[in-house]
Amino acid sequence: MAAGFKTVEPLEYYRRFLKENCRPDGRELGEFRTTTVNIGSISTADGSALVKLGNTTVICGVKAEFAAPPTDAPDKGYVVPNVDLPPLCSWRFRSGPPGEEAQVASQFIADVIENSQIIQKEDLCISPGKLAWVLYCDLICLDYDGNILDACTFALLAALKNVQLPEVTINEETALAEVNLKKKSYLNIRTHPVATSFAVFDDTLLIVDPTGEEEHLATGTLTIVMDEEGKLCCLHKPGGSGLTGAKLQDCMSRAVTRHKEVKKLMDEVIKSMKPK
Amino acid sequence: MVTQSVRSARGRAEVIIAATRGVGAMEEEMHTDAKIRAEIGTGCSPRGPGCSLRHFACEQNLLSRPDGSASFLQGVAEKSRERLIRNTCEAVVLGTLHPRTSITVVLQVVSDAGSLLACCLNAACMALVDAGVPMRALFCGVTCALDSDGTLVLDPTSKQEKEARAVLTFALDSVERKLLMSSTKGLYSDSELQQCLAAAQAASQHVFRFYRESLQRRYSKS
Repeated sequence: MAAGFKTVEPLEYYRRFLKENCRPDGRELGEFRTTTVNIGSISTADGSALVKLGNTTVICGVKAEFAAPPTDAPDKGYVVPNVDLPPLCSWRFRSGPPGEEAQVASQFIADVIENSQIIQKEDLCISPGKLAWVLYCDLICLDYDGNILDACTFALLAALKNVQLPEVTINEETALAEVNLKKKSYLNIRTHPVATSFAVFDDTLLIVDPTGEEEHLATGTLTIVMDEEGKLCCLHKPGGSGLTGAKLQDCMSRAVTRHKEVKKLMDEVIKSMKPK
Repeated sequence: MVTQSVRSARGRAEVIIAATRGVGAMEEEMHTDAKIRAEIGTGCSPRGPGCSLRHFACEQNLLSRPDGSASFLQGVAEKSRERLIRNTCEAVVLGTLHPRTSITVVLQVVSDAGSLLACCLNAACMALVDAGVPMRALFCGVTCALDSDGTLVLDPTSKQEKEARAVLTFALDSVERKLLMSSTKGLYSDSELQQCLAAAQAASQHVFRFYRESLQRRYSKS
């Protein structure tokens, strides 16, 4: 009976739950789904992380390669993110060139990296004007159940924390780079940006961490990316219903608490890996 | 080049709008203003009295035939900008009144002197009004730049945008000045955000007044 009503009138079905200040999966309006993270599972990548936000699963793999630095910034390296939403994660996506959703997500991650200065690009330079590291960050969604941006940001951060780069010296005689695989060092991660996404329902109600169905029924979305000092790296609101300044303030405070939760989780996981 | 399509439903009926010259006319006016002031040597910045937005003008309905609906998607950054503009238009356009209709908005950048996204939003809104598309509210775009001291500059030029610590673009609706769209670059604090939002809401009044005046001028002539 309930399943029938849900198929015929999905919005009404949701409204019944929202009236009681909860959602069909039992969460409150301000509650996130269970977040799990697994760091360093891919041995062929220089750094990797798998993040699960409820059912939404994103895996990030970072590969480091050599490249010539850009001519206008000879002391900087590159960080190149790419978000892939393959057909296996959801019926929404077809195989072929990246669709709009994937491109927008890639641009979002590129903006977060640029704005938050998570890595100082100067740290990636080996020899100014000649050689620099380029970090290819590939984020692949394995299961799409809403809130892809939060999962991608978290996966990227965890993978970058896991990246170990070998020491590179330039041999003066041969002018070739010599890589010492035995001596590896972690990247210097300067800030920890954490994303919190909200969905706007019926122009008034704000719910945190929307699932795939909720995103589909929502009239607007909002993503806030905050670092540990409370500074905002990104306020991404791509159209949709309007928000007042007061509602934005509520979102900010929720983003602050979410940052603490995520930071704590990540520190625990990294600490548990240290003895290796 | 930024091109963009807003689709409300499947279908062929296209309402093609003269968005493009609107953008061009606006930008050209800004350039001429700057040049004239420099020659006079007053040394004041090319901004109108009472508000810190640059002078703007708009011409409507210049094209007598449709501009062609080639939506040419080059690059990921353009896609992202298109999505922002499309979602903002979709939030205000009453699509249910035009079922099985495709509304295509084509935006052509004639010159970029800073605050490009805000200008695109203004052009899109004026074009939709010119086409007679029913909307639940008007919207306008306002850009704020924060420099390293924390000073707020509204409607920054390209040079100011490059040197700024953060650049925030907002789309506000005309009914309650609610935030429809926001796109930001750089790092800033929560209080700075509220400051920029308040300044943008105040500035949007000038933009909406300009919309009203330009429409009055147009309809009083004909």
